[in-house]
Amino acid sequence: MHGSTRACVMSRSDPPRGRRGALLGAGMIALLTLLALFGPRLSPYAFNTLDWRHLSAAPSLTDGHWLGTDPLGRDLYVRTLYGLRLSLLIGVLATAVSVVIGVAWGAVAGYAGGRVDAWMMRLVDVLYALPYLFIVLILATVFGHDSITLLLVAIGAVGWLTLARAVRAQTLSLKRREFIEAARAAGLAPQGILLRHILPNLAGTIAVYATLMIPQMITFESFLSFLGLGVQEPRASLGSLIKDGASEMLAAPWMLLVPAVVLVVLLLCFNLLGDGLRDALNPTAR
Amino acid sequence: MLRYAVRRIAGIVPVLLILVTVSFVIVRLAPGGPFDQARALPPRIRAELNQLYGLDRPLAVQYWHYLKGLAHGDLGPSYKLRDDTVAELIAQGLPVSLRVGLGALALALLAGVPFGIWAALGRGGVADYALNAFAALALALPSFVTGPLLALSFGLWLHWLPVAGWQPGAWRYLILPAVTLSLPVCASVARLMRGGLLDVLQASFIRTARARGLGRWRVLLHHAMRPALLPVVSYLGPAVTYLVTGSLVVETVFELPGTGRYLVQGALDRDYTLVMGMVLLYGTLTLLSNLAADLIHAWLDPRVRHEPL
Repeated sequence: MHGSTRACVMSRSDPPRGRRGALLGAGMIALLTLLALFGPRLSPYAFNTLDWRHLSAAPSLTDGHWLGTDPLGRDLYVRTLYGLRLSLLIGVLATAVSVVIGVAWGAVAGYAGGRVDAWMMRLVDVLYALPYLFIVLILATVFGHDSITLLLVAIGAVGWLTLARAVRAQTLSLKRREFIEAARAAGLAPQGILLRHILPNLAGTIAVYATLMIPQMITFESFLSFLGLGVQEPRASLGSLIKDGASEMLAAPWMLLVPAVVLVVLLLCFNLLGDGLRDALNPTAR
Repeated sequence: MLRYAVRRIAGIVPVLLILVTVSFVIVRLAPGGPFDQARALPPRIRAELNQLYGLDRPLAVQYWHYLKGLAHGDLGPSYKLRDDTVAELIAQGLPVSLRVGLGALALALLAGVPFGIWAALGRGGVADYALNAFAALALALPSFVTGPLLALSFGLWLHWLPVAGWQPGAWRYLILPAVTLSLPVCASVARLMRGGLLDVLQASFIRTARARGLGRWRVLLHHAMRPALLPVVSYLGPAVTYLVTGSLVVETVFELPGTGRYLVQGALDRDYTLVMGMVLLYGTLTLLSNLAADLIHAWLDPRVRHEPL
């Protein structure tokens, strides 16, 4: 990691600092995922039940609202876990969209080389220079804010550029290796070489980038939801919950604190896992 | 140097044109228009509104008119805030946004650079660990989390600073927004400063300078600083992008009357011309700041100028 030099010096014989972090991150992510999937069942309330006897109730163990309620009497524990579920889902799916586009684009450009490569990467360069947040903002403006699919595609379609570059660079160095030459000599078609021989060797790079991309996508979705352009009522994502909490923080600070803490823990865990993976799969990088 | 600068500036024009075109096309392809309301307008009034704003013309004609207006600095009327043109709204909001943004940038540099130097000089020590922890946290926390949390603790609980709002000339209202905005930038600057300085301090010219009997601080300030600052300088472009993005959140959280809020409000209201104008403003700002960072980088490091683009 970017940590102290001591950790760097020790990393040959004694790497657990990064690895322990990655394991901790992976474990916490698994826990949070399970909680997001099955946690809501532990509560007697649904995410849109209005409990008018407990409006803006503080967290309490006695009335079943373990983490309090919002001004409409909806249970915050259940809503936060639903929000977590949606945020995770959007993060993973948007990453999947980005990975598919980025890997295909980068691998084809790198393997084809020559003019095809130059044009494909030129396009990436131009798109890279565009402030893509604003393009997504325009997309969200234009296509309304109630379609999750569109949100997904919009976020995912702009996240693939970095990955395309990394994959292309890796493919360029891979295609000069002997085993690719052997495959070509054996008469394998280009798509066969790409799928059977290049793709498996890209797995490490892809894994690292994907793990680091998920928290970015989650942040991005939460950002849009916070501005009111993402997930809409009565659904909730962590971002929209934080937005609601910020407007009620005087009367009900738990509405802000609960989703904020969950989001921060989630992001930290993904970053820990991603950094650990990067160190494990690419020991030369710092 | 001049040739490099000209080449880089020329490279921006096509990107801006693409930005204009892409946003124009997306906006006009959209289902629904700015005059869609819960209560539908009578068709005649609707047609007249469309005619007034030229929305009934062919797309290519509209595009050409928009480009012509842009060349004169005319960004068109706002469809929702009928009293103002987009350019007027920008003129109202920009001073506030610039104050917050520049304040945050200054804060990030003034705090981040010394923090990075301190961590590099005492590496493996307390400062290094402090920087590591601070950076991990500040980079993981998005501004829409830190903003409300800071407002909650310093505004509502401690009553030290105003929670939100804006009064011209009252700098107290700027502190929390600027701090919120600067935290991740500050962390990145400190980290890059640390890395840059550590790299440079291992170079042989530093050892030579020390061997010739120059003092520790003299070597640090006169020899090591210039090359060590390079990573920080090249980060300034992305940093401005970050500040621009964050300003949308910060202006919403702290209810500042800046351009970021117009952008968000315009997006919620589907006020196409307003959103497009703001996007162009922010897009230009981002591109120019990246350009400025690259030019400063080329000035500090001559090798960059001769690389093929």
